[in-house]
Amino acid sequence: MSDASTSAKGDLQLKNITKTYGDFNAVDDLTLTIPEGSFFALLGPSGCGKTTTLRMIAGLDEPTTGSIYIGSTDITYEKPYRRPVNTVFQNYALFPHLTIFENVAFGLRRRGIKDVKEQVDKVLQLVELPHLAERKPTQLSGGQQQRIAVARAIVNRPALLLLDEPLGALDLKLRRQMQIELKWIQTEVGLTFVHVTHDQEEAMTMADTIAVMNEGRIEQMGTPADLYDNPKTAFVANFLGQSNLIQGTVVDTEGENLVVDLFGQKVRVQKNRSVAKDSSVLFGIRPEKIRIQADSHTQSGCVLEGGTISDVSYIGVSTQYQVEMPWGQELMVFEQNDDGIPPLDKGDRVKLSWEPIFSFALNGHEDATAGSEVNPEEE
Amino acid sequence: MNKFSRWFSKNLIRIYAVVGFTYLFIPIVYTFVFSFNNYVKSNLVWRGFTFNNWKNPCGVLDICPALGNSIKIGLIATTGATILGTLIAFALGRYAFKGRGIVNTLIFLPMATPELVLGASLLTMFLNFGFNPGFWTIVIAHIMFCISFVVVTVKARIASLDPRLEQAAMDLYANEGETFRRITLPLVAPGIAGAALLAFSLSFDDFIITNFNSGTTITFPLYVYTHAERGLPAQANVIGVSMFMLALIIVLAGQFVGRKRKTTA
Amino acid sequence: MAAITSKRGPSLNPLDSLKNKVGLPYLLLLPGMFWLLLFFLAPILTLVSTSTKVPGAGIGEFIQVHRWANYWDALSAMHTQFIRSFIYATLATLLALAIAYPLAYAIAFKSGKWKNVLLVLVVAPFFCSFILRTLAWRQILAQDGFLFKILQFFHLVNSSTQLTASTLAVITGLSYNFLPFMTLPLYASLERIDPRTMEAAGDLYANGFTTFRKVTVPLSMPGVVAGTLLTWIPAAGDFVNAQILGNPNTTMIGNVINAQYLQTTNYPLAATLSFILMLAILAIVLVYIRRAGTEELV
Repeated sequence: MSDASTSAKGDLQLKNITKTYGDFNAVDDLTLTIPEGSFFALLGPSGCGKTTTLRMIAGLDEPTTGSIYIGSTDITYEKPYRRPVNTVFQNYALFPHLTIFENVAFGLRRRGIKDVKEQVDKVLQLVELPHLAERKPTQLSGGQQQRIAVARAIVNRPALLLLDEPLGALDLKLRRQMQIELKWIQTEVGLTFVHVTHDQEEAMTMADTIAVMNEGRIEQMGTPADLYDNPKTAFVANFLGQSNLIQGTVVDTEGENLVVDLFGQKVRVQKNRSVAKDSSVLFGIRPEKIRIQADSHTQSGCVLEGGTISDVSYIGVSTQYQVEMPWGQELMVFEQNDDGIPPLDKGDRVKLSWEPIFSFALNGHEDATAGSEVNPEEE
Repeated sequence: MNKFSRWFSKNLIRIYAVVGFTYLFIPIVYTFVFSFNNYVKSNLVWRGFTFNNWKNPCGVLDICPALGNSIKIGLIATTGATILGTLIAFALGRYAFKGRGIVNTLIFLPMATPELVLGASLLTMFLNFGFNPGFWTIVIAHIMFCISFVVVTVKARIASLDPRLEQAAMDLYANEGETFRRITLPLVAPGIAGAALLAFSLSFDDFIITNFNSGTTITFPLYVYTHAERGLPAQANVIGVSMFMLALIIVLAGQFVGRKRKTTA
Repeated sequence: MAAITSKRGPSLNPLDSLKNKVGLPYLLLLPGMFWLLLFFLAPILTLVSTSTKVPGAGIGEFIQVHRWANYWDALSAMHTQFIRSFIYATLATLLALAIAYPLAYAIAFKSGKWKNVLLVLVVAPFFCSFILRTLAWRQILAQDGFLFKILQFFHLVNSSTQLTASTLAVITGLSYNFLPFMTLPLYASLERIDPRTMEAAGDLYANGFTTFRKVTVPLSMPGVVAGTLLTWIPAAGDFVNAQILGNPNTTMIGNVINAQYLQTTNYPLAATLSFILMLAILAIVLVYIRRAGTEELV
């Protein structure tokens, strides 16, 4: 096919996309640009609208309002088979009645491409499974099916490759291996990958840019490191890794820092790491940034006193402490087991401390538990 | 517990299954044995062994034309019912449309109506319109009562189809027509084949509806029924057992080929 | 996300992108529905119209007078046969269930690689004509038949026992003839049960029988409902088994209707009885489905 649409190239742009089912907004006024050649992840819990977004890009759903562009071509209402977009489906959707070769050749044949055999052989080489060409999908292992699903899509050289929870059905070890392989394939073929997942580790391992979605909207977008270090909302702080979020009030300014009162104890946070709009803040600090020591020690940086260890779990690389603070909140602390000091015990009185540059402050009117209750489970 | 009673309780279900199969096959075995009977006039008493009936299955008047009619009617009715039923199954399994409930009811009702009523009401209508029953009225009746079974069978197959397979095909540049031809139809085909087999067996073995709408046309079940009182020739046994074995061979061969294709492809 | 995509949005289905062709489903339905309207529904309506006629002056002539009292007359004359038919059909269905359940269970869980072969064996007797098999039963149960002689040898029967031409023979014949209709749906629903659920029951202190009663049976209910319906409906309207294996005291409503149509040619009475039979069966089936809690039947 020589349609302008199938040959469209360039950045993917979503403009004010809304998708409504009944009175439920699955996707709510979403605007997004995905640069050509990038590995982009849409990350969020079940029901956040990420799969609906993907289906609209693929052409399997139509947005209620808004439009979708590849480069300057509007593909919003284009049929799925007339878009330069291919999808690696959840559970792969390999055609059970066709051989692996015919599965991979399917798209090429539909487009009437001449050297099918050569191209299929080449892509099977790329995924390292040329010996399975004559098998049927049911005779392949999960990992092999996954690679064939990728091969079947990338052989068409789409402007855009969509991956819908592509590794969800694999076990942990295989998933790790496939993450690295997918990243390598993306670099090799240089296509734009849009990857939908609920697994934050998967998104952080593979993607250059992550958009965290929640309730049909994008909460925050950025590089994995940026999202982790500078979360802008409680949802992002809790969904990407773990955070301690403590309700507080800004009481003073000290040069580049804000002074925050946390239930009577004063701590500092850099002004440019605060997104709070008024004096009410959610003060945030990641568990692994906190040092934990017996109450008698003197400590530098920011300090919170009066904690009691309520739970200790030793997990090899680190020890995880649950510390009950005087105001009743439980804080998480991850301590690397690299200092040879034996772990503290349950019931010990402790002080918590950290370097002020690690802390951040969020809008204090937010729900501090947003994003933490979500179980990242299979959809 | 001694050894035997432990073996017995462990294999109770298997023993029960063997008893069940025995029950199923007693009449078949009887029919088979008596197909070798050197019968005189009626095939009720054992009069000695002979191959004559098997060597000459058409040796009795009317029996093979009756069988021929059954096969012809079976094939035509199966083709008709399979086409009509499959179309309905696709409409029900693939589309949301108004009047779905009415369609479902109209599919369900013939299955919940005794054959006797189906046959009798159809005959009443044919007579009212001065339509003489015969070969084609049997075909019409058979298509009618087979449609529902085809719909149910094919619809189940369509429902078990993963919609993502069709989406994947469209994602891979197959338009609606190509997706249907290359993905949907091949994947639903086993269900359609099963439905056709069911329709043929229902049509071939039907007596009650046929009895009402046959006029002077004789099918194999009608032949057996009308000759039962006057003395059924052993050739009927030969044909019955042959059909049984033919069905067994065809289905088992199909299974074997299917399995072979699965493991060697 | 499941909550969203499982909503039956039209675009779940790729063929729905033929949205502009709204008429397509109706086009697919048209020929089959036309056939059912013309050769199922129209005849049933003809039947209703015939049922209120009365005999006219000439032989085989009937006049439409809308005599709905025909129904009352037919019921009071034939209620014994109606009740007998339903009792026979119910007993035959229960017998078929008792035979088919272990059979289906064994095929689903205990047959290993023989599964498909056994499944075929369940259906295969179908192809050896229904009438032929019923006739075979008559000969087998006859006093000079081999089964009778075996039972006689074990002193289970004596020369005065009558196995054919009896209620027992009719019920046995009914359950035998519709056994595959019972076995196949049972097998289909049993086969769908994850064996791990049964193992889990065992793990949770249920013994074999409790597991069967609390886990297997409830999970196989759709098959039980479908199987009992597919057996009971044709059994209730059957006349062949009663004709071949019964005696004048085992006459079912099917025999009466058959005789009224084809021998007495009293079409109004035959039509009245047919329609009562149809309505009675429908009513019983609907009550049964509601109580069994199965919504989708087709």
